Amino acid sequence: MPDLLIELLSEEIPARMQARAAADLKERVTNGLVDAGLTYASAGAFATPRRLTLSVEGLLAGSPPQREERKGPRVDAPEKALAGFLRSAGVAREDLQIVDDKKGQVFIAVIERPGRPAAEIVAEVLERVVRDFPWPKSMRWGTGDLRWVRPLHSILCILSDEAGHTVVPLDIDGHVAGDRTRGHRFMAPAEFSVTGFDDYAAKLKRANVVLSAADRAEIIRADAETQAFALGLEVVEDPGLLAEVAGLVEWPVVLSGDIGAEFLHLPPEVLQTSMKEHQKFFSVRDPKSGRIVRFVTVANRDTADEGATILAGNRKVLSARLSDALFFWDNDLRVATNDIGVWVKALDNVTFHNKLGTVGERVNRVAALAREIAPLVGADPDRAEQAARLAKADLSSEMVYEFPELQGVMGRYYIEASGLDADIAAVAQEHYSPLGPSDSVPTAPLSVAVALADKIDVLAGFWLIDEKPTGSKDPFALRRAALGVIRLVLDQKLSVRLLKLIVAHITRVFSESYFRSQASLLQKIDPDLPDDIREEAQLAIEGRTKVIDSDTPEDVEYFFPVSALAADLLAFIHDRLKVYLRDRDIRHDIIDACLAMPGNDDLTLLVNRAEALSAVLKTEDGENLLQGFKRANNILSQAEAKDGVEYSYGADVKYAETDAERTLFAALDQAETLITPAMEAQDFETAMAAMATLRAPIDGFFEAVQVNADSGVIRRNRLNLLSRIRTLCLSVADLTRIEG
Amino acid sequence: MDTPRSFQEIILRLQTYWAGQGCAVLQPYDMEVGAGTFHPATTLRALGPVPWAAAYVQPSRRPTDGRYGENPNRFQHYYQFQVLIKPSPPDLQELYLGSLAAIGIDAGIHDIRFVEDDWESPTLGAWGLGWEVWCDGMEVSQFTYFQQMGGHDCRPVSGELTYGLERLAMYVLGVDHVMDMPFNDPKSPIPLKYGDVFLQTEREYSRWNFDVADTETLLQHFKDAEAECARTLAAPAEDPKTGKRIVMAHPAYDQCIKASHVFNLLDARGVISVTERQAYIGRVRALAKACADAYLMTEQGGWSA
Repeated sequence: MPDLLIELLSEEIPARMQARAAADLKERVTNGLVDAGLTYASAGAFATPRRLTLSVEGLLAGSPPQREERKGPRVDAPEKALAGFLRSAGVAREDLQIVDDKKGQVFIAVIERPGRPAAEIVAEVLERVVRDFPWPKSMRWGTGDLRWVRPLHSILCILSDEAGHTVVPLDIDGHVAGDRTRGHRFMAPAEFSVTGFDDYAAKLKRANVVLSAADRAEIIRADAETQAFALGLEVVEDPGLLAEVAGLVEWPVVLSGDIGAEFLHLPPEVLQTSMKEHQKFFSVRDPKSGRIVRFVTVANRDTADEGATILAGNRKVLSARLSDALFFWDNDLRVATNDIGVWVKALDNVTFHNKLGTVGERVNRVAALAREIAPLVGADPDRAEQAARLAKADLSSEMVYEFPELQGVMGRYYIEASGLDADIAAVAQEHYSPLGPSDSVPTAPLSVAVALADKIDVLAGFWLIDEKPTGSKDPFALRRAALGVIRLVLDQKLSVRLLKLIVAHITRVFSESYFRSQASLLQKIDPDLPDDIREEAQLAIEGRTKVIDSDTPEDVEYFFPVSALAADLLAFIHDRLKVYLRDRDIRHDIIDACLAMPGNDDLTLLVNRAEALSAVLKTEDGENLLQGFKRANNILSQAEAKDGVEYSYGADVKYAETDAERTLFAALDQAETLITPAMEAQDFETAMAAMATLRAPIDGFFEAVQVNADSGVIRRNRLNLLSRIRTLCLSVADLTRIEG
Repeated sequence: MDTPRSFQEIILRLQTYWAGQGCAVLQPYDMEVGAGTFHPATTLRALGPVPWAAAYVQPSRRPTDGRYGENPNRFQHYYQFQVLIKPSPPDLQELYLGSLAAIGIDAGIHDIRFVEDDWESPTLGAWGLGWEVWCDGMEVSQFTYFQQMGGHDCRPVSGELTYGLERLAMYVLGVDHVMDMPFNDPKSPIPLKYGDVFLQTEREYSRWNFDVADTETLLQHFKDAEAECARTLAAPAEDPKTGKRIVMAHPAYDQCIKASHVFNLLDARGVISVTERQAYIGRVRALAKACADAYLMTEQGGWSA
């Protein structure tokens, strides 16, 4: 059985695309072969900066012949039907056979497909794969129309077995397949021919090409660590960078050098970011001081001077880059120590969103909201406001302009340099968190207050201008912001009425920013608002209206549906909460049951309730109680629908006829005395446990008692008793929403 | 391999090398541009089917990069060396490496790498795929296969090479600060350093670009250039005076270049917000596209009656 070797040699393939391309080549070629009847034993794909390689072992020498019998129309079918069949089967009339079928005599076409040699199939499959290759971006070159990631130079495609190897005949727009390739661009550029994969891999190695990306990465990692270790240092781990660098070289040579003394006092984040972004250098850290003191670069060749020239060049480039960073740092420090307020002011000239005002306006809103949130999280309002005002100051700094990924980190350094307290400085860095489901959540009260305010501001703003996430589109990362709110609240077990904050804040965004861009759309304040909130909204708007009035003396009426927007935003947060809790093994129907209860904008309360309900439903009593509740509720609902009345009041123990009824009365009384105060104290565990005790009496009641008694009085009394079950259970959670 | 001794020798060697490869060696375009790509010998010649091969030095201005001559390798005025060959020859990478050898970069001891860099010019409505070429970690050139220019597919594809001359020369000459770099041969009767030629102007322009240029005037210049571009292109193809068909793609394109540079100045003055930025870029792009459309209606652009 032959082996197949394919290599597509091109100009340099972007590092980030190589692994995927190798996988795609393997999948598409092997699928194509198998579809054509060529099975194989194993396959492996490789990528270097200049080549994609696929080795398939144990391929069939040819596809087996295929014979298909296709049933056609009845012999007495119209001529037209027969003609259609002949066309689709690709056979002639005289080749048809006639067989007996249940319905009579029918035509049978026997379609014989002879087996095809592997080479023919391989050529066909490879051509199709090359022409339709799923590169993230591909290009044309010269005068041709073929597309590849960069110009394709040669195709190696051979089948080899004991008898030797043969080139697969293939010509793709002038690229004729052969058995030849080249080694390293500089170290071994000469062409050579290969007889099979082992020969190919061995000759490539001799020609200074390490074929496997994993091998290259391992060489880099091991050599870098060894060199750092020898100096008592450690390489800062960066798997992403390692994978990228392994895709930039065919022959990795690790070189390391020191960082000029004049740069060592730069923050480690700056050194690391600058070296990684611009130079693709690894950082080497002194474990004692935690500072970055050296770099590791990976060259693509051996040289007679053992890399001395290359290293010197890299150091020079690094110095130039770090001079830039130092220039930014020094300039920034001058501003920060002199008057960091200049940066805050500069944010007034930066547009955040054309309907939501400038970044400066956003900072003002976040500061106002942080002030409001501060007492809820144990932070001082004045300091929370101050921290919020400074939190985005570094967006005006030169360093962050150059390295946006350093936002927050630089703010922290600069605010501290300006002489402010460390906890205020920390807010600059921490208020962006959490950035995702696994990012850490800030715990310092000031940071929590500003982080919450920052996220609620973004959500409220984009809700107000109707830029909600749709499907997979979430350009403003609002899902992440909502998850951030959830994680901040739950992590600190904060008791925060989100709805109130959201309403107040949408109003704030509206009156302070949106208003200006949309003044003409606004008519009057939503009449559906609760009184206190409407007044608040009114006040907020009037504050702005006065300013506007000086320009436009006419009476202007304003309208924005703040209650509906806030409810919709809360529902969005609830949706994210469901996703978040699902990962914590709380079912969505349990959350629904709790969402239906009052106070559902207090997420901590909501989750406590859901956790208690989830726990009780996992017990046998809980499970059975649920069934009892549902039975009671069904009977009651049916009776109410049939009778057209609501049985909600007046069950009296004196009409009880059986002990089971009387026991249920007593149990309900007992449970009620426990549940009511427990619910008031938000002690869901106690309430749920008390509810679960109803299981036995309810079961006993349904066993012993026929609800629809002949006597109207007794029937009514029993229905009213069921109503007590319903009312009491529903006061704990909306059990009607639980599935099962 | 003998190494060049001065900045200008590197330029001369590049010109000689690319002349030897059959390129027409052009002179700089006589307008302020942000990069060599803006020269009509690249932007317009990349359009249409007519073959082309040119190499030239282009003084380029990036007002925001001004550092008063203090930064060792950032300046608001610098030189690019530009090569454009259409269609891109199959051995363009080899030709390029040959040019490095010509200026004394020995691939035997240096580490030369082609690192992904997809080129896109939102102002020109152009993009291409290619690399930045690194020599020992330093970006010494941009290497691009143009796919679109002015919104039009490039057929055939042009190969474009752009060398950042100062950076490249500093590296070859082993100079740490651009201003210390010998401009002419250090053994000349009057040896001149790069700083002798450009230090004072870097200071003057840095101050003017960042703090002095009158933004009202610039905004007006932008509008004027935009209007003049549109007016020029709106003129009928037939010239009433000569009776000939004269589509004025180049004069219109000059206005596009002007608008683009004015925008860069406004940007350096810090008066363009993030959202406005996009709008301005869109306006320049609209001009570039209109000029590209017009160029395709000229003989150079492949038009025939």
